[in-house]
Amino acid sequence: MTEIIFSLIILAGSFLAGLLGSLTGLGGGVVIIPMLTLLFGVDIHYAIGASLVSVIATSSGAAAAYVKEGISNIRIGMFLEIATTSGAVAGAMIAIYAPTHIIAVIFGFVLIFSAAISLKKKNEIVIQTDGGKIAKALKMNSSYPTAEGIVNYNVQHVPAGFFMMIVAGIISGLLGIGSGALKVIAMDHFMKLPFKVSTTTSNFMIGVTAAASAGIYLERGYINPGLAMPVVLGVIAGAFTGSKILVKADAKGLRILFAFVITFLAIQMIYNGLAGKI
Amino acid sequence: MKPKNKITDNDIESVMGTLLITGVIISATLILIGGVYYLSQMGFSKPHYTTFNGEPSHLRSVKQIINGVIHFDSLSIIQFGILLLIATPISRVIFSVIGFLFEKDYLYVIISLIVLGIIAYSIFSGQ
Repeated sequence: MTEIIFSLIILAGSFLAGLLGSLTGLGGGVVIIPMLTLLFGVDIHYAIGASLVSVIATSSGAAAAYVKEGISNIRIGMFLEIATTSGAVAGAMIAIYAPTHIIAVIFGFVLIFSAAISLKKKNEIVIQTDGGKIAKALKMNSSYPTAEGIVNYNVQHVPAGFFMMIVAGIISGLLGIGSGALKVIAMDHFMKLPFKVSTTTSNFMIGVTAAASAGIYLERGYINPGLAMPVVLGVIAGAFTGSKILVKADAKGLRILFAFVITFLAIQMIYNGLAGKI
Repeated sequence: MKPKNKITDNDIESVMGTLLITGVIISATLILIGGVYYLSQMGFSKPHYTTFNGEPSHLRSVKQIINGVIHFDSLSIIQFGILLLIATPISRVIFSVIGFLFEKDYLYVIISLIVLGIIAYSIFSGQ
């Protein structure tokens, strides 16, 4: 296989990863790392580096469309970025010392978890509550446009959400993924945000989180330009296409398909990690 | 959102959207140019990503990457595009500080500055 063929295959795979990642709010990284390591035998260090850059591309590409729709909540995003960026720095530091096969196994478990979460029922209907005191003090309560008009929502359990975001940040820095699943849990489950708001705000935050660890990865030589090139270009194209579809379509069927794909990949990662092949 | 404020969250978000998409387009263009150039030189050689050697130092530091771009080194051009991509969300945080300052929302000016501080720490601690 020559470099051109290799690049074209990676480009196509990354397009698909970016598309699915954007539609489900989980990011492209969860597919890209298994694809590169399992299918092409790429060293996991390079795979993490390329994925991390693609995660930034996914987030920025899709978020650009979302912020203009007025769905994402920049205050919630910015406040929780304190948690995700500090977590990301810690995660990148841990990655320096963690053996590759252990990273592969942790990756597998995070993947299974992400798959399960992506199938969970979403808060499509906003339950009107008073919201928490902290949310009020931080001016997090807001509204977003729907087909039925503007819907107001209040935010709850900010400390629990914040703690979950630290964990999301550590996972992101350690594995080079956006860990959108954990971010969506923090916002959907704990903070009771409507699903569209949490998905788009999560996407919005992922880029900043990934940037916090990307500098460390670049300096350590984890980012290979020849490999990152087709990954990033494919993911940007995929995420852009995905952001055009999300506002229009309900991605439930895709989410189920995606959950199956990543569960399969997760088992492969855990098996290969335990067997010491990664 | 208070109507007396001239600049609202929506204005900030709109400019941010433009900022993000501009950053991605410029980065992608650079990566594409560098990539096509790289493949035109090395396209028929075998890929070598199966073992991790760490990238050579000229692809690791900002200064060296820019130096490579000046000498029209294909991999340096890609790496420069990647650097810009990393800078895109960081510039969004910088812009948020300014945006919240215009909104006179000092609480969020401080929150944005804390995020910026953590990112700055991560960049400089690696050196």
